[in-house]
Amino acid sequence: MDVPKPRILTRRWGLEGSHTLAVARKHGAYESLRKALTMEPSAITQVVKDSGLRGRGGAGFPTGVKWGFVPPPEKRGDKPVYLICNADESEPGTFKDRYCIWNDPHALIEGCLIAAWAIGAKTAYIYLRGEFKFVKDRLDAALAEAREAGLVGRNILGTGIDIDVWTHLGAGAYICGEETALLSSLEGGRGQPKLKPPFPAVEGAWRCPTIVNNVETLQVVPWLIEHGAAAYRAIGTEKSPGTKLFSCSGHIRRPGVYELPLGYPMIELLNDECGGLHDGRTLKAVIPGGSSVPVMTPDEVARATMDYESINEVAGSYLGSGGFIVMDDRTDLVAALANLLRFYAHESCGQCSPCREGTGWMHSILQRLAAGEATEFDIATLRDVANNIHSRTICFFGASAAMPVQSFLKKFPEEFFGRAGVDVPDDWQPRAASAK
Amino acid sequence: MAGAFPRPPDQGHGPVSWTDEEQARIEEICARYPTRKSATLPVLWMAQRKWGWLSYDVMKLVAETLGQPPSEVYAVATFYTMLKKQPTGTYLIQVCHTLSCQLVGAEEIIAHLKKKLGIEEGETTPDGMFTLMRVECLASCGSGPMMQIDDDYYEQLTPDAIDAIIDGLRSGQPLPLPRPEVNKWTFRSLES
Ligand SMILES: Cc1cc2nc3c(=O)[nH]c(=O)nc-3n(C[C@H](O)[C@H](O)[C@H](O)COP(=O)(O)O)c2cc1C
Ligand code: SF4
Ligand code: FES
Repeated sequence: MDVPKPRILTRRWGLEGSHTLAVARKHGAYESLRKALTMEPSAITQVVKDSGLRGRGGAGFPTGVKWGFVPPPEKRGDKPVYLICNADESEPGTFKDRYCIWNDPHALIEGCLIAAWAIGAKTAYIYLRGEFKFVKDRLDAALAEAREAGLVGRNILGTGIDIDVWTHLGAGAYICGEETALLSSLEGGRGQPKLKPPFPAVEGAWRCPTIVNNVETLQVVPWLIEHGAAAYRAIGTEKSPGTKLFSCSGHIRRPGVYELPLGYPMIELLNDECGGLHDGRTLKAVIPGGSSVPVMTPDEVARATMDYESINEVAGSYLGSGGFIVMDDRTDLVAALANLLRFYAHESCGQCSPCREGTGWMHSILQRLAAGEATEFDIATLRDVANNIHSRTICFFGASAAMPVQSFLKKFPEEFFGRAGVDVPDDWQPRAASAK
Repeated sequence: MAGAFPRPPDQGHGPVSWTDEEQARIEEICARYPTRKSATLPVLWMAQRKWGWLSYDVMKLVAETLGQPPSEVYAVATFYTMLKKQPTGTYLIQVCHTLSCQLVGAEEIIAHLKKKLGIEEGETTPDGMFTLMRVECLASCGSGPMMQIDDDYYEQLTPDAIDAIIDGLRSGQPLPLPRPEVNKWTFRSLES
């Protein structure tokens, strides 16, 4: 589509040596930091609020509003404030944060420093999933360069402001992407989620006020300081301003990460950026926002645009992390769903019985169904298990495992009943039987 | 007996301790956090890189180093899949088999690796060189099928690419790292 495609997150991607301080600085890195450190912290938060930037980790919560939840100094006493960057990136279908760091680590460091200054944090931790050791090495090298140049640590740019930034490596656990689990892990424990409230902004890392933001969210911040909230609002839609990175995978000719203004037509993302389907293939289904969000039909794909509102209105699904998984007519949807449920059964942290047991049951029913060994009664059980997990667990993982099942059964019932050797019953109710 | 672990008869390494240099490095890491406990994962990683896996003695050393009860360190180590509670081959091969990779041929890649190495999943080659495992999504979904060998990603795999990677490691002349695919963020189709 011939809309402008401004490059905010990817502006330095592709430059030779974009990960080095010299190249990044030559192309504008740390100029926003210089400006931000002369601003009142509350003025920075106001810019972020005015920009309408929404968290890119999945939930789309307004970033400036979240920052505003940190209790003011008179209320928090002598407790320090912490900034945590969530670089756990483990939602299947999502692979943008890794390239953000790999291609432009200094944008993340600068974003962390500005955010830390805005919320009053003197320490920021970047929590990377354990498999990202190679990414962490590059980020650590960038941090060392920035520290050497007086951009990180004590007396930043001669302002007298001290902010340290450290990387912290996880060790293989999807659930550590959930913010309270991430904090448990950072504190040196098992990565198990905690009930909210208290929300991290009030009581987070080491029981101190803590803001957790995704990599992509923080990387936007320097641009906002440089260009202002109005310039950001001029891109995207009214409720979903700005650009977003889409991680595109599956049966497409050109998988990869694409930066597009929010509100971009989904079908054009598929046909233009992704290069369309392979020759002679037709579209079967799309998961638009990472494995946890409801699946979409080709008809819904044709009507939706890539923003938080449209995907929900058109398909009852979510933009999530922007992990766009395309499945063509070759795909066995029962096997695809069984694959996802194996993931959830493997990754449940085990604290809540509905999640721990339910993900395993759903996986085993789907495995049997995929093998043609299940009946229509098993499909009803599958539905009931999914309905009974949703909203009955400590963290949102339970719902994340239930939503794919609920949506596949609702939108593609013939695939599932067909595997049980029967037609879809006339009285089939995809959402029935939720114990109240 | 409080704090006792099931103790394997032979842990494959002698008494464990840190060098002065490592001890200093640990103190440097601890200083980044408000509590010593927060250094548990970084120090377990250091230990795993040094001894190859986390035996009872190694976990006990980590606990002593950080002033934690051994049971606490054991509880943490067993939570995370990348922390090895038993030894593996020299090279740990982990192939992603989650949906996006599955859609572009993860099973064929696993089948080829099994044939090439002559082992089943979860096994180690008789010469102790390679262990083969399946893992869940490694945030490489656009460049699948893919695998991780130790700390490195190998993406856009084909049977030929796998042969080159394995033969390189076997002959002591590994392909240069990081692999060039790691630098790309959009990928042309493998299908012409
Ligand atoms: C099961 C689960 C997994 C999550 N995984 C991630 C993740 O890998 N990366 C991420 O940034 N956020 C993840 N989140 C969202 C975080 O909890 C948190 O909302 C987010 O990091 C906040 O950042 P944002 O406001 O910038 O989006 C996950 C949430 C849940 C429930
Ligand atoms: S919902 Fe699942 S992952 Fe979340 S806390 Fe409960 S058991 Fe753990
Ligand atoms: S599905 Fe294989 S890396 Fe994400």
